[in-house]
Amino acid sequence: MPMQVLINLFIGLLWMFFQNDWSALSFLSGYLFGLCVLFVIRRFLRSKFYLFTLHAVISLFLLFIWEMFISSILVIRKIITPQIRIKPGIVAMETSLEGDIEVTLLALLITLTPGSVVMEVSPDYKILYTHVMDIPELSDAVLRSRNRFEEAIKKVTRK
Amino acid sequence: MSAGHLIELGSVFLILIGTVAGSLSAIGFIRLPDVYNRAHALAKSCTLGVLFVLLGTFLFFLFVERYFSIKLFLGIFFVFLTSPVAAHMTCRAAYRSKVPLAEISVRDDLKEAMSREYNCEQKGGA
Repeated sequence: MPMQVLINLFIGLLWMFFQNDWSALSFLSGYLFGLCVLFVIRRFLRSKFYLFTLHAVISLFLLFIWEMFISSILVIRKIITPQIRIKPGIVAMETSLEGDIEVTLLALLITLTPGSVVMEVSPDYKILYTHVMDIPELSDAVLRSRNRFEEAIKKVTRK
Repeated sequence: MSAGHLIELGSVFLILIGTVAGSLSAIGFIRLPDVYNRAHALAKSCTLGVLFVLLGTFLFFLFVERYFSIKLFLGIFFVFLTSPVAAHMTCRAAYRSKVPLAEISVRDDLKEAMSREYNCEQKGGA
């Protein structure tokens, strides 16, 4: 992945040399040209074309913002009701992700969405123990957002 | 009313939302029963508040002062990176030092896992 970006930068620089024009504009056009070249030869690259990964990262971020809004509204509604009627608890959630990066990312995202805090990860990375603020109402939402996050993370980290 | 005023109004509105979210999280911090629930209120609504305040400030500087401030985005990024870690570590430390859950709690899946781990350690030690 970093190799691809380096190649692309190099093509941009080379383009600038060929044009004999030292400006940001010619570098930019060279960079775009390099993107086209990389796109054409993407089947021969060892890792995925990096624009696809970038797209996956951006869509993961947008998904996260959306989930955060939805669950923020739920939590804020819980907080400002006159009588706090919540049934908190710790739920064991299984995950199909593997490896340090994927599980860390999932735990970060779940902790950032309101209503759920990851409290403990089992030593074999299979189970996340999550504290959920209101089990009857929120546990379905948390499970749903976990599934969505898993899909999006797999798109980022896997080929 | 010109476009500049409109942008200014919009960014002020964003900052207002952020402040409201921050104060709501403070209210939640006082009202919720135990340390775990308080971590929810504090870590989350606060990130939302910080996100809105910094976004409003960013828009204001971009359109009114004509100044693209990447520092504000870095601020958002680092708050998002660190606040869940803080919440996670607080909850984990609290559970490990046996702070009880609130009495209204209905479920505790971690208890068995912890006792299993504890038994394993006992056997390993003996």
